[in-house]
Amino acid sequence: MIAQFFLLARQELALTLIIFVLLFIKVGSKEWTNAALLNLVNALLLLNFLFGFLLNDEGVLFNEMFRTGKLVVLEKNILNLATLLVSLIGWDWLKQHKHVVEFYVLLLSTLLGMFFMISAGNLLMFYLGLELSGIPLAAIVNFDLEKRHSSEAAMKFIISSAFSSGLLLFGISMVYGTTGTLVFSELPPLLTGSALQLFAMVLLMAGFAFKISVVPFHLWTADVYEGSPVIVTAYLSVVSKGAAVFVFVSVLYTVLRPLAEAWYSIVFLLSVLTMCVGNLFALRQTNFKRLLAFSSIAQAGFILVGISGSSPAGMASAVYFILVYVFSNLGAFGVIAIVSALAGRENSTDYKGFYKTNPFLAWVLALALFSLAGIPPAAGFFGKFFLLIAGAGKGNYILITIAALNMIVSLYYYLKIVKYMFIDRHEQEPIAKLPVHLYPKIALVVCIAGIIVLGLISHVYEYIFSVSIL
Amino acid sequence: MVAFAGAAVQLLLALFLLLAYWQQRSSGNMAAMLFQEDYTWYYSFNIHYHIGVDGIAVSMILLTAFVVLAGVLVSWDTDNMSKEFFFLLLFLSAGAYGFFISLDVFMLFFFLELAVIPKFLLIGIWGSGKKEYSAMKLALMLMAGSALVFTGLVGLYFNTTVTNAAHSFDILQIAKMDIPLKVQLLFFPFVFIGFGIFGALFPFHTWVPDGHSAAPTAASMFLAGISMKLGGYGCLRVATYLMPDAAHVYAPYIIALATIAIIYGAFATMMQKDLKYINAYSSVSHCGFVLLGIGMLTKTSITGAVMQMVSHGLMTALFFAAIGMLYSRTHTRMLDKLGGLLKIMPFISSVFVLAGLCSLGLPGLSGFVAEMTVFMGAWQNPDGLYRLATILACASIVVTAVYILRAVAQTVMGPVTDSHYNNLSDAKWNERLAAFLLLLGIVAIGVAPFWLNRLVTPAAEIIIQQLGRAVN
Repeated sequence: MIAQFFLLARQELALTLIIFVLLFIKVGSKEWTNAALLNLVNALLLLNFLFGFLLNDEGVLFNEMFRTGKLVVLEKNILNLATLLVSLIGWDWLKQHKHVVEFYVLLLSTLLGMFFMISAGNLLMFYLGLELSGIPLAAIVNFDLEKRHSSEAAMKFIISSAFSSGLLLFGISMVYGTTGTLVFSELPPLLTGSALQLFAMVLLMAGFAFKISVVPFHLWTADVYEGSPVIVTAYLSVVSKGAAVFVFVSVLYTVLRPLAEAWYSIVFLLSVLTMCVGNLFALRQTNFKRLLAFSSIAQAGFILVGISGSSPAGMASAVYFILVYVFSNLGAFGVIAIVSALAGRENSTDYKGFYKTNPFLAWVLALALFSLAGIPPAAGFFGKFFLLIAGAGKGNYILITIAALNMIVSLYYYLKIVKYMFIDRHEQEPIAKLPVHLYPKIALVVCIAGIIVLGLISHVYEYIFSVSIL
Repeated sequence: MVAFAGAAVQLLLALFLLLAYWQQRSSGNMAAMLFQEDYTWYYSFNIHYHIGVDGIAVSMILLTAFVVLAGVLVSWDTDNMSKEFFFLLLFLSAGAYGFFISLDVFMLFFFLELAVIPKFLLIGIWGSGKKEYSAMKLALMLMAGSALVFTGLVGLYFNTTVTNAAHSFDILQIAKMDIPLKVQLLFFPFVFIGFGIFGALFPFHTWVPDGHSAAPTAASMFLAGISMKLGGYGCLRVATYLMPDAAHVYAPYIIALATIAIIYGAFATMMQKDLKYINAYSSVSHCGFVLLGIGMLTKTSITGAVMQMVSHGLMTALFFAAIGMLYSRTHTRMLDKLGGLLKIMPFISSVFVLAGLCSLGLPGLSGFVAEMTVFMGAWQNPDGLYRLATILACASIVVTAVYILRAVAQTVMGPVTDSHYNNLSDAKWNERLAAFLLLLGIVAIGVAPFWLNRLVTPAAEIIIQQLGRAVN
């Protein structure tokens, strides 16, 4: 039992260990410089990421409270990788910050919460993980301590997140009321599709929709993304959203499978709304972070298209897309983080003439944006293509057509940024040549490599597909 | 220099491919596609890396090689970000080659989209005039085209069945299946209009004039010479070949749109004052012949359509090259500002005149051969409406002659309109070589069309068999 505990929950244990190490550093008497601290943390995160690949095993713990499998381990590895990249690209910002240890303790706590959420085999455990991931996140949204915007964003985030938790709890209580159990594996036979259960399902989905920022539950996204520090925004848009998508897919595909007919139409409607609203609002944004906020809403709509297919391909393509999205979005946010920390500029028009002064960063950003737009040979093309094929499996070609048309709209605003960087000249002063530190550079190179390689090499997708057969 | 070497190697390889292809064919290998390679790419979606060529693809590859080499040559003096320029140009050519050799529609689509963004950057960075507007318009319209293609292809994919895998993207496999008529009727318009946007199908041609006129010379050559051929090739290989029943049903509409494009393009050209716009609108008209040939669905007309693609590709590239050379010296492309250049720049002016003559279909040059073949193929259709379309298309040649002769006369004949022109120099070696290469192709097709004909006809025959199978 003990051995199994250490084996199955090893990723959670590793994270907990890192958190404790950081806490000891904080209470210890030795004064650490930020640079040394960041070196240590990044090394630990790298070890943590590599450690995740050892000993792939599946099983359940604590009466199915906690379960793990190859897919779950993979999802946690993806999140680990994303967190490591976020930490690397945040170097310039964190170096000047006064509370680095607290930042990482909070950040890793949310990650731990997401791990428990992904591994949950029981609705109660799931809720616990969700809260553990939500509350520290609100604290780090507020981490630009001198900026009012940041506090405002944190306030919005905590209120909307509490509201969505409330909805989820309400839904969970109804599930318990009608079935008498909260265990995932016992639920499906008991779900008969009665009116109360359908209502519970709608509430559960609304709760998830908040976390993934699906229209019409997206209203918090833009403000929070704009107000938070860049790397927290990156973390929110990639890790937090990714974890929510992983859980959403597995809950829909396993627990709510008996109600597939009912949730299909909801997912269909939500995906159409999300794609259209996200893309149309993104067209008019001038703040780069806000633009990416709306674009990430639109991307969530694409993920829903794939999920609506309710097939192994649907699950695999959603997980694969998140992996691709990690690289693409963090590539984009990496450049934004560097520019924001060193030049203090966040508007998309500030990037005019960017290629002349910073060719490397401009290429990274362009490639990341192409990947987000779904342009080959970037991996985003494959990600979107597979999502749409998975979605078309049901024969719903209207959805596919709408999605394909949305890709044109999204191309417009991504290309606009590319145009600013490569074609336009800045009238006043373009962003000066920025020194890129080794850590962010490594992160950006990893992102580029991921964007180029993931699509052309089919093995990654095939592996995800092989482990996601239900 | 590296780009030049690369492009030259491309041409050599293309010629080598042509020879190897002939050797195979003459030794009696009558398979539909030669030099096939097939590897599984994405197992779970049954996506393959499957390549192979037939006569049509070989001729397209040759065309691409010629135009790319000429394009690299004429932009020899690019000094603003030249590395990026040639990188994008060669990237574009990689997309085109990949497109022509794909036998898997996923791959085909991949390469189709691959070729969109380099065009955006080429026009946006090195273009002139309303370059940002044009670049954006082009990228979005072509993306819309590929979105339609995508929907059509996915729809087709889910209606295929193969043993041991659920569905197939493979062109040769899909061609052997009987796709239900209802499915074909639903998805044919998606695919055809999608590729049609690339191939300047009326009324989706509006990106053509803006895109071509704003693009730098090499990009214009590439756009008109190769990129528009992606559309024609896609209409033929994917839409018509894979959905033959629907092709029969929709043929009258295709012909109607193609005829409108031919006549509208010709008349619109008459109104233009800018040399690049003249050539761009005339491209709309000429590409109408390609679609007309495809729509007529006879062996001769399809052969003619392919020949027209090759011929138009070479001719329009030459035209744009000549315009680019003139523009880089006189700094104007307006008809009323130019004049008397024949005396000052005999070489460039002669090239310009030859391109014009090819465009209006002078016998001995490729334009005549290709258009003649299309007309002959079209006339094989006894139906009255088809005859009418053919006659109208023939009549457009008169209009073509009017605008071409007017443009040529205005530009190279007459008195010298600006005394500055007297100091201008004639073509340099790289420009001469580029023009020579393209002229070589044009004359080779014009004087001895049989080699191209022999190359294309067997492939066209296979498409016709497929169409015939549908009727039975």
